[in-house]
Amino acid sequence: MAIVKFNKKACTVNPLKMSQPVGGALAFMGVKDAMPLFHGSQGCTSFGLVLFVRHFKEAIPLQTTAMSEVATVLGGYENVEQAIVNISNKQKARLIGICSTGVTETKGDDVDAYIKLVRQQHPELEHVSLVYVSTPDFKDAFQDGWEKTVAKIIETLVKPVEVDAPRNPKKLVVLPGSHLTPGDLDELRDIIEAFGLEPYFLPDLAGSLDGHIPEDFTPTTLGGISLEEIADLGDAFHAIALGSHMRLAAETLEKKAGIPFRIFDRMIGLIPTDEFIAHLAAISGREVPNKIKRQRGQLVDAMLDGHFHTGGKKLAIGLEPDFLYDLSNFLHEMGCKIEVAVTTNDKPILEQVPIEEVLVGDLEDFEKMAPGCDLLITHAHGRQAADRLHIPLFRMGLPIFDRLGAAHITSVGYRGARDLIFKIANVFIENMHVVRPDTWYPHPVEGHASEHAPASTTH
Amino acid sequence: MSSVSATIQDVFNEPGCAKNAGKSEKEKKKGCTKQLQPGGAAGGCAFDGAKIALQPITDVAHLVHGPIACEGNSWDNRGAFSSGSSLYRTGFTTDINETDVVFGGEKRLYKSIKEIIEKYNPPSVFVYQTCVPAMIGDDIDAVCKAASKKFGKPIVPVNSPGFVGPKNLGNKLAGEALLAHVIGTVEPEYTTPYDVNIIGEYNLAGEMWQVEPLLKEIGFRIISCISGDAKYNEVAQAHRAKATMMVCSKAMINITRKLEDRYGIPYFEGSFYGIGDMSDSIRQLAQLVIDQGAPPEFMDRAEAVIAREEKKAWEAMAAYTPRLKGKKVLLITGGVKSWSVVAALQEVGLEIVGTSVKKSTKEDKERIKELMGEDAHAFDDMSPREMYNMLKDARADIMLSGGRSQFIALKASMPWLDINQERHHAYAGYEGMVALVKEIDKALYNPIWEQVRRAAPWQNPAETWQAKAEAEAAREAAELAADPAKAEAKRRSKKICKCKSVDLGTIEDAIRTGSLKTVADVTAATNAGGGCTGCCGTIEDIIADVLQPAEAVVLDPVQAEEKRRAKKVCNCKEVTVGAIEDAIRAKGLSTVAEVTAETEAGSGCGSCGETVEEILGEVLASVPRIAAE
Repeated sequence: MAIVKFNKKACTVNPLKMSQPVGGALAFMGVKDAMPLFHGSQGCTSFGLVLFVRHFKEAIPLQTTAMSEVATVLGGYENVEQAIVNISNKQKARLIGICSTGVTETKGDDVDAYIKLVRQQHPELEHVSLVYVSTPDFKDAFQDGWEKTVAKIIETLVKPVEVDAPRNPKKLVVLPGSHLTPGDLDELRDIIEAFGLEPYFLPDLAGSLDGHIPEDFTPTTLGGISLEEIADLGDAFHAIALGSHMRLAAETLEKKAGIPFRIFDRMIGLIPTDEFIAHLAAISGREVPNKIKRQRGQLVDAMLDGHFHTGGKKLAIGLEPDFLYDLSNFLHEMGCKIEVAVTTNDKPILEQVPIEEVLVGDLEDFEKMAPGCDLLITHAHGRQAADRLHIPLFRMGLPIFDRLGAAHITSVGYRGARDLIFKIANVFIENMHVVRPDTWYPHPVEGHASEHAPASTTH
Repeated sequence: MSSVSATIQDVFNEPGCAKNAGKSEKEKKKGCTKQLQPGGAAGGCAFDGAKIALQPITDVAHLVHGPIACEGNSWDNRGAFSSGSSLYRTGFTTDINETDVVFGGEKRLYKSIKEIIEKYNPPSVFVYQTCVPAMIGDDIDAVCKAASKKFGKPIVPVNSPGFVGPKNLGNKLAGEALLAHVIGTVEPEYTTPYDVNIIGEYNLAGEMWQVEPLLKEIGFRIISCISGDAKYNEVAQAHRAKATMMVCSKAMINITRKLEDRYGIPYFEGSFYGIGDMSDSIRQLAQLVIDQGAPPEFMDRAEAVIAREEKKAWEAMAAYTPRLKGKKVLLITGGVKSWSVVAALQEVGLEIVGTSVKKSTKEDKERIKELMGEDAHAFDDMSPREMYNMLKDARADIMLSGGRSQFIALKASMPWLDINQERHHAYAGYEGMVALVKEIDKALYNPIWEQVRRAAPWQNPAETWQAKAEAEAAREAAELAADPAKAEAKRRSKKICKCKSVDLGTIEDAIRTGSLKTVADVTAATNAGGGCTGCCGTIEDIIADVLQPAEAVVLDPVQAEEKRRAKKVCNCKEVTVGAIEDAIRAKGLSTVAEVTAETEAGSGCGSCGETVEEILGEVLASVPRIAAE
């Protein structure tokens, strides 16, 4: 069982962490016709915007209440009101998802009250849904913003249903965690549909940020789960939550509509996928389709082929808590040794990371501990450490701004795990230690030392 | 906070800023920043601006005092290159938590500075203030002062919390921080008559390195570049330069002008984009150091390099002419605005939205201005369908732009080239222009365009969105042609003032009903021009158009001519049409630069450059050419 430790520094160097509101905004982006809105200074929004633009390579809907110094001190009701009116009229958003920021939380703006006032003042905006989430920047992190937002969307927008109400025996609610990519969601959709079920993903980033060419462009989200679908989620017969941080959302949905749920805190690898598939077979009452059976065989074979390369490899992983837990366990099962595990904030699930100590810290800590490792796994900001340490970097998480295809990295399901093994094993193969005449018995020194850092490539 | 607001007031009083000089006291107080619109704003904040301006200083530790959002969401995301230290790419932040918000973050800040000095030992630490610590009253000036004393290193407070304004204000506040704490604190080992500052160049994509070697070859010594690829000590020596070139933007005008005020360093505003501008900039810089005492022969060295490089560049670009001739470029940018880029593109045979600037009529120019002048914001709300129509309308083959329009352009399956700050290619100087042409060629001739525009096999060709867009456009055009009232409504619905969202019809009506005569009247009546003031010129034209019929009767030819000549072209330096015309005739001027040198027109904000060029064209056309072609 891992112990969670905290670095003792005053100064964070090379942050691993991103702020809560951006996690909240991303969750809103999985809803159709939505516009996430940060209640803060316009920089809060523009940083988040640039972050997502560079990761997804798409136009990103994200707006700001543009709080000035004076407005911040006097309170931001007018800014919130104006923003809501403008976004409703100009961008025709049907959902405005408001996240607070450090500035407005420090002042203590009561946005719930603001929304009530806006509702009174603007009956003409009745058709626009408003969801507010409190997400101060100086507390928690990305994953928490996502978690709170999904729960709040359910609490505000799902129509209540009695526990014993008639249910649609095919309708399955899927509550994906913030670490799953649009590619992951598409893979899961394929799997679930193969069992004859109709999955409703909340949020559904695969509908909005998968990089498709839209029929017509809107300044709001390009797709995702619609407001009607969210409102009607209540008659689903079952819900599955992916990632331990989705418990709050699942419980909220259960409270609201009496939908029973199961949480899968792991999604990557053979055992987690086996459990997931078995569960789908059980709730659908169908046999596992042949194509999925074949995919399992392929994963097992990939594990056999891959273990020669992954076995004994030392890894340094820096990710958000749930993703760290899932991926580190998968790679541990592939024979890797997790030497370094750094994450953004403390969560109970971290106890189950296969390592003695998980550090809540930054990429400076990560870089300091990583020498001697064979591979670094973290988001694109690990590139500087990889350069300095001459250790290859395998990019996972968000942001990945210096490679294409971040939205389509798929690691769930048998196929996802199979491909992930290939990709990681290939990095090891490419950086294989080359033996030389003096590898075992160093020659007497001729000229200068033959100590060369092995050439490394990054992925 | 009083010192921040005092500094902001000072920045707003910038006399070197032409736009500012034309404002009333009251307007100046409001500042040069248009009031941000909640739900309609998209830019960065003042902190962002300060960081952009200073972060290219490579050997300094840039410490952000604030919650994780300010640094965690954005660090290491700029394309400024370094030839030495990479410390500037390290993200330092105090990452303040709830406890700090309650009890104050000054201790954490002080400890952070200590840790940075112990671990990284930089020549200086820059401390950036952000909104939250500014609100709770963390006094970063005091912390920096104490830390400077304790550690014997300059610890520089940059007081530019995000909520005080937008990015461009942050640029200036960053400049103030350098003026207050850095510039003038280090003396160079020696000086030469050729020492110059380059200010406002960030070495994005390494562009400074397309320019610097040539300047060095000529004999300049760049004592300080603010801030591209700069070192702390170089910035601190800026006060010993003999001349300053302010690159392109207004971002750091306060540094430039105060260097002149305090240390007598003359400056000019120039650009490295485009062959003509590059050569002009070199000449002006050489002239300035000659005026300051360098030998006049220095100009010959400059001219020799200019001649060689121009020849080389034109030859390199000529190779592309056969492939690019007649291709049409739609240029939409807030970035590379230089007309000399346009000129160079035309030189290789490209046409800018179907017309030629040199030969074009006034209407053509208006149209280009319209298409070019607005920055990418205008396209944020555009659908691929509309974008497709617009590009089709303009009969453009490729679009050059920055910002978010890229995704829409690409989704509309249009060749597109990035010329904004996040671009990956360097387009400065002579080499850069060749690179730009090469990139345009690469984008245009990529074979994917034919494929991505094809309909899917299961799609009816008439039902693709492209086909629908065309049908829609045709229907609209037919409707307008058939219905003059509708056409008039469309004309009137054109947005004149983007900031306050005021259309042409509203302005025309206001002028007619209120018989308004000045832009100020129109602004008072309709709000138009009350934002960034960029549309004031257009409003002036509208007033003239609306009132013309009435006034034409009143004025006799002499009066009319007087009125025409009295019209101010350059608001910054208050130069009239008459003064410019006279100067051109009397001195035989033939370039805009000469007119500027002679009359000062265009030496302020530079926005009248096009008008000056027009006047020049008209006068020259009316004077028989003496020189043989």
